[in-house]
Amino acid sequence: MFFDQFNYWIFIVLLMIGLYTVMSRTNLVKKMIGLSMFQTSVFLFYISMGKITGGTAPIVVETAIGAPETVYSNPLPHVLILTAIVVGVATTALGLSLVVRINETFGTINEDEILEMEDDT
Amino acid sequence: MLLLIAGALTVLTVRNLFVATMMLGIVSFLMALIFVSLDAVDVAFTEAAVGAGISTVLYIGTLALVGAQEKPGIKFAAGPLVTCLAVGAVLFYATNQMPPYGNADNPIHTHVAPRYIDVSPIEIGVPNMVTSVLSSYRGYDTFGETTVVFTAAIGVLLILSQLRRRKEDEDEDAEKPARKGLRVSLTGLGSQHDLVPHVVAKLLIPFIFVFALYVQFHGDYGPGGGFQAGVIFAAGFILYALIFGLQYTQKVLSSTVVLYLLAAGVLLYGGVGIAGILLGGNFLDYNVLSENAVSGQHLGILLIEFGVGTTVAAAMLAIFYAFAGRAEPVTKMPDQE
Amino acid sequence: MSVFGFHFAALVVVLPLISAAFSALLRGKNLPWALTTIVSALSFYMSIQLLIEVSANGPLSYEMGSWAPPWGIEYLVDPLSGFMLMIISGVSTGVLLFARESIAKEVPEKQLGMFFSAYLLALAGMLGICITGDAFNIFVFLEIMSLSSYVLIAMGAGNDRRALTAAFQYLIIGSVGATFFLIGVGLLYMMTGTLNIADLASRFSEIEDTRPVRAAVGFLIVGIGIKLALFPFHIWMPNAYTYAPSIVTAFFAGTATKVSVYLFIRFIFTIFGIDFSFGVIQLTDILMPLAVLGFLSMSAVAIFQKNLKRMLAYSSVAQLGYIVLGIALANETGLTASIVHIFNHAIVKTGMFLSVGCMFYVIGSPYLKDLNGIGQRMPITTFGFVLGGIGLIGVPLTPGFISKWYLILAALERGTYVSYALVVAIVFSSLLAVIYIWRVVEVAYFREPPEGSTKTEAPLSMLIPTWIFILGSFYFGIETSINVGFAKAAAAFLYGGQ
Repeated sequence: MFFDQFNYWIFIVLLMIGLYTVMSRTNLVKKMIGLSMFQTSVFLFYISMGKITGGTAPIVVETAIGAPETVYSNPLPHVLILTAIVVGVATTALGLSLVVRINETFGTINEDEILEMEDDT
Repeated sequence: MLLLIAGALTVLTVRNLFVATMMLGIVSFLMALIFVSLDAVDVAFTEAAVGAGISTVLYIGTLALVGAQEKPGIKFAAGPLVTCLAVGAVLFYATNQMPPYGNADNPIHTHVAPRYIDVSPIEIGVPNMVTSVLSSYRGYDTFGETTVVFTAAIGVLLILSQLRRRKEDEDEDAEKPARKGLRVSLTGLGSQHDLVPHVVAKLLIPFIFVFALYVQFHGDYGPGGGFQAGVIFAAGFILYALIFGLQYTQKVLSSTVVLYLLAAGVLLYGGVGIAGILLGGNFLDYNVLSENAVSGQHLGILLIEFGVGTTVAAAMLAIFYAFAGRAEPVTKMPDQE
Repeated sequence: MSVFGFHFAALVVVLPLISAAFSALLRGKNLPWALTTIVSALSFYMSIQLLIEVSANGPLSYEMGSWAPPWGIEYLVDPLSGFMLMIISGVSTGVLLFARESIAKEVPEKQLGMFFSAYLLALAGMLGICITGDAFNIFVFLEIMSLSSYVLIAMGAGNDRRALTAAFQYLIIGSVGATFFLIGVGLLYMMTGTLNIADLASRFSEIEDTRPVRAAVGFLIVGIGIKLALFPFHIWMPNAYTYAPSIVTAFFAGTATKVSVYLFIRFIFTIFGIDFSFGVIQLTDILMPLAVLGFLSMSAVAIFQKNLKRMLAYSSVAQLGYIVLGIALANETGLTASIVHIFNHAIVKTGMFLSVGCMFYVIGSPYLKDLNGIGQRMPITTFGFVLGGIGLIGVPLTPGFISKWYLILAALERGTYVSYALVVAIVFSSLLAVIYIWRVVEVAYFREPPEGSTKTEAPLSMLIPTWIFILGSFYFGIETSINVGFAKAAAAFLYGGQ
């Protein structure tokens, strides 16, 4: 009973770590890493809810006559998360390219230093 | 599972960004394993290819350009911590009344999904339900997803091509030696002396391409499909570029061709959708593509998966070219894992 | 409506998406721009047709891939979404007419093809959000819109390198917001088993007492609030608007945050339902203080800005405060006020940002200190800006007045002492707007132009679109049957649909 919602707890903890990384770190790459982790945790949440105990992957298998009917896990969350993963990597690529450009123009990827420079100009 | 948390904590605390990236890759990989145990083979496949593969390459590429050491002296930040704990608390509060994990009577298993599970093999004739939902029932989402990838590639190209142009405009003469340096760096990307990687790569790359094609066209029956195939295909080229140098790769597949392919994928997908309208159905209606509804679905799925694959592979390559092309003359591109 | 007209519901979004792929391949200064403008105009035409159709015959449902909802994805045009489609594509078309000269100066010619490709994607993303009837599809289009807007903002780096950091900040905050939205949708899905909005709404009442649903509501409101730049989540917006290229700012000021307002309305009214939103969880108590604080503080902050674009950006956050207040008042008049203000603010603010774009084109700086005597150097542009400012303040016969009038009516309808306080706050905030507009007037007309400056106007191709928006705003301020009519219909639909 106690471990019933274990997957969801892991999701929550990962989410908190990711979010904390995003908000507290001043290094821009570290922020992106935090963001990736934050997004990954949500994938776990969706996939966990699609699972049925004793189920199998949602690909049709031939069952022998008389055998108990195959239980498939829910394919819909899988589809959604496939999309979400793609969105995640797209965001990462875009974010990192901005980091590269920021590093070239400002000479640093530390948020505090950039803010100081912006105040000067 | 606990390994995941340990990994995530390491990512948070470690100062060296290379190590953090590796840990993130490991977290992704563990996540993929967990997905397999949760029956989500398609997702696991993608997560392994993207989270542990492509993202890691991207991060390393960035780090090579910006330096890997995080500034010391991290302050303890109370505000973010409180916010995170609050968010966590809300979710924890919610878990109490969530439907029990793995129970077949949960709302999501009883309302919409049964149709996908029971009827899709008949309506669409594709054993992999994830594929049929992805490309037919929710085909429009996938069209959107392809567009997201396209957007990202366009964005990276736009952002990363900015500065080089300005340099050219400002002081063309002064920049000439540096531009030469840039070209040197492109050849410097490959390692000329290591025999082992060369041989291994030569053996491996054909298999990667074959595997990519298999994943592309076998998505109907097993896990896989256009997206995963595109990533693998791009990975083959990236491997080639890492070992033999960017210059040779671009000779095989130039940036312009990549750009055309990028657009072609989206156009193919959109074109199939429009064809649906012209043949008297709705947008993305595959039933009308052929006399027989099921074979129409087959044809539609085949075509759009090909569109997805093309765009994704081209996008990944375009992004990789853009990053690699930025490499400073002295910076050596690190090898893959 | 003809058979082909039925497909407008899909084509209005799909056409810009597909054209984006074409545009990325085009080269030169004019071709990508021409394609984008034509496509945007076609979308505008289709939106109008759809709105007319919906007003006459009720909501229109379009099944993607001919799969019936909730299994497939449905496009649903109702009075509200039709109205939003028209605003977005209309503003986009107007801005594009202006864009040709302006953007050629700010973005290198070689990149124009891809720039306009990103612009089309942003347009398609916004239209897609407004028209879709599927909660997850919203997320997908939200990301198309967001990713392309990060790119468009970063394109301002040619003028000011701070555009890069602004874009990065927006990317981080925006992605967190979108992920919150995703978690919220996930929780709702978990409890109902469906993603279709209409289906969600019908199943919502059974489960509204459970904790996951409460959490979902929280995540959705925070997630959309971030995208909406709802006070106090607005920090990304002034930076982003200040450093983006002129036409991008003009386009987004009129549309991007409005799309989030639309989502806000859609979730609160259609999915959660009025009884739940305002009865059970008392959203009014949360949103109203935020809205009032938002428009008061942001109007005050706007007074102290040195950069004209930044001033207008803060003013936009303040205007969003009015819109959210209208929603929070929880009556039909309030909602009408919000929807009217979405329209009015879109047209006024776009006009003002376009005038600033003209000044930037000629002077090369949006800072007030460089704009001394601009009233003599660019009389036509400046006059347009001032007229827009009058509309923003809400002088009678301008659109700002109409929205505020309905807002005050709605506040009084509640009939408590709070409503009188609200009226005072609205009037006070308008006075603050007088001050910041006056600061510009002072700089423009009462300061001597710098030595050696000549009278140079922006090219006609930029002046005319600017004035279309400015004059249009007066037209809709006097002849209110169109904007108020559609807004009333939409509000009545949302209240009656329960």
